[in-house]
Amino acid sequence: MDSSETWNKDAVAAIVDSLRHAPGALLRILRRVQDDLGWIPPPALPLIAHGLNLSRAEVHGVASFYHDFRHTPPARNVIRLCRAESCQALGAEALARHVRGRLGVGFGETTSDREFALEAVYCLGNCACSPAGVINGQLLGRLTPKTFDDALESLVRR
Amino acid sequence: MSSAASATIFVPRDSGALSLGADSVAAAIAAEASRRGIAVKLIRTGSRGLYWLEPMVEVEIAGVRLAYGPVGSADVPSLFESGFLSASPGGHPLALGPAEKIPGIARQHRIVFARAGVTDPLSVDDYLAHGGFRGLARALAMPGAAIVGEVARANLRGRGGAAFPAGIKWKTTLEQADQTKYVVCNADEGDSGTFADRMLMEGDPLLLIEGMTIAGLAIGAAQGFIYLRSEYPHALRTLTAVIAAAEARGYLGNNVCGSGRAFNLDVVVGAGAYICGEETAMLESLEGKRGMVRYKPPVPAVAGLFGRPSVINNVLTFASVPAIIEHGGEAYNQLGVGRSRGTIPLQLAGNVARPGLVEVSFGLSLRELIYDFGGGTRSGRPLRAVQVGGPLGAYFPAAMLDLKIDYEAFAEAGGLLGHGGVVVFDDTVDLARMARYAMEFCAIESCGKCTPCRIGSTRGAELLDRVIDNRAGGGAELDLLRELCDTMAAGSLCALGGLTPMPVMSALRHFPEDFGLPAAAAARP
Repeated sequence: MDSSETWNKDAVAAIVDSLRHAPGALLRILRRVQDDLGWIPPPALPLIAHGLNLSRAEVHGVASFYHDFRHTPPARNVIRLCRAESCQALGAEALARHVRGRLGVGFGETTSDREFALEAVYCLGNCACSPAGVINGQLLGRLTPKTFDDALESLVRR
Repeated sequence: MSSAASATIFVPRDSGALSLGADSVAAAIAAEASRRGIAVKLIRTGSRGLYWLEPMVEVEIAGVRLAYGPVGSADVPSLFESGFLSASPGGHPLALGPAEKIPGIARQHRIVFARAGVTDPLSVDDYLAHGGFRGLARALAMPGAAIVGEVARANLRGRGGAAFPAGIKWKTTLEQADQTKYVVCNADEGDSGTFADRMLMEGDPLLLIEGMTIAGLAIGAAQGFIYLRSEYPHALRTLTAVIAAAEARGYLGNNVCGSGRAFNLDVVVGAGAYICGEETAMLESLEGKRGMVRYKPPVPAVAGLFGRPSVINNVLTFASVPAIIEHGGEAYNQLGVGRSRGTIPLQLAGNVARPGLVEVSFGLSLRELIYDFGGGTRSGRPLRAVQVGGPLGAYFPAAMLDLKIDYEAFAEAGGLLGHGGVVVFDDTVDLARMARYAMEFCAIESCGKCTPCRIGSTRGAELLDRVIDNRAGGGAELDLLRELCDTMAAGSLCALGGLTPMPVMSALRHFPEDFGLPAAAAARP
């Protein structure tokens, strides 16, 4: 990780403060930090641990368990493609080949300029409109290489 | 006054419809109406589940809802041109006639999904006008044991996948002396090929709230939690808004309908972990921990969330309860076959011409579901395999399509019905690759507690890579694969490690030729 990455310590402290007494507080706090900051900066973990009177190991254990939690800053554009069975039955693998070629990255990778990240997801609940994907939070269905390219064009953040 | 002046137009805001452009269709309708100076009332509904027709637009004329679909925003001017808002619409290529009479709907028996796609999911008044909260009204006048008795009489079994009798679970929780109990809804609908929970939460969320409130009254719990997967942001928005609406109208809160009884609901969002759909892993996650499976006993009905007695059910199980309480358990028990009573919302997906939600009484055959409702494969090629019950369900060949939708029939056939997802594959599918995928999925999603699941799944994927690379002489590797699957099935605490062998071994059993064996080896168990 780039050591110059900054993160908003006050924002994390405010989240910890607002949720520390909620039932199951740790997951809620991590969820909110992820949603608000787009990632969970590693230096935030001791802060959360202190706020909840937990060990850093316990907090690290939870933060590293769940697939949603990012530990590096997010790319400007996040593309998620479903790779589960229903989407596979309608050409998800061919679509994935197209998208990998188009973005120049594989699943779990980010372009070196941090413009695009490609993520695999296992079911978006849009199986009746397979193949499905998400571009910057926008759910898409019945994707083809052509409709993917069109959607990317309109949804990309420049 | 022209009849168009009072036209009501319905456009879904179900996330499936949104993924196909429903928002731009709604915007185009509003713009075109305004351009023509026509006043329209635009209501955003859930989906009826006829996804091959989404985005499906409906217009109410003289009390009948006429449907059009699939509508793109480019079709909107021509819809207006055809007079689709007038008392006698001129006809349009996308016209489907009365929505209720579309064959895909008319043949269903909808109890849980009666309102989805019909009403405004955020409107308490709409819910009441369509028969909502009648079950709750009855439940408020009943002792807890009587409510549990009706659920037991209905023979309602958990719709999440395990099919455990809800009445027994509720009775166990009711009998616990603890003053603090919880109602927990498992809305971590992670099984690929399933989307009924999402559709219900987006299309008729008050039904879930009513069902959970009845459960709270039955067992004596004042707090409920909905554990929702993070992949469902639209469902989260809908639930958050509708819980606030229900609180404002006194259907939730510290004095439910003026009864003096409290029931509050909280939505907790997961963070992308399939294992958290397993009930004990979900409890750990709700407690803020890693989603690791717990040993049972104690069962959650005795010691569940935060160690308290907890009723845990799937979205569809809770959503089945209001009708059971309103009409009595016996009426529900009249439907179905064998020990599978009532209706089941099936979800038809994959390579199928008419994918979507099909709620029917138990007893329908897979063939009727896939051909009569689904219209066969979308590609038009021969059907080769069907996976039923999500990523842990078996693959069945075309020769087994007479299998009836019934928990016991599926168990006997070496499969499971699970959460009711049915994924269709045509003859281009490679079952050895699907078996490899099952192992890979297990490796990605294993919580790591049990060695056979944590390590066996990775070894299984490697093993299947070798089988795929060397299909000519795969015999020895396949014996090893069988042994590994035995170990995983017998040595895992929960269904993930325990059932990953099911798609793998069913693929090998029914499609041996894809693994480099002669087709004649099909009989080998």
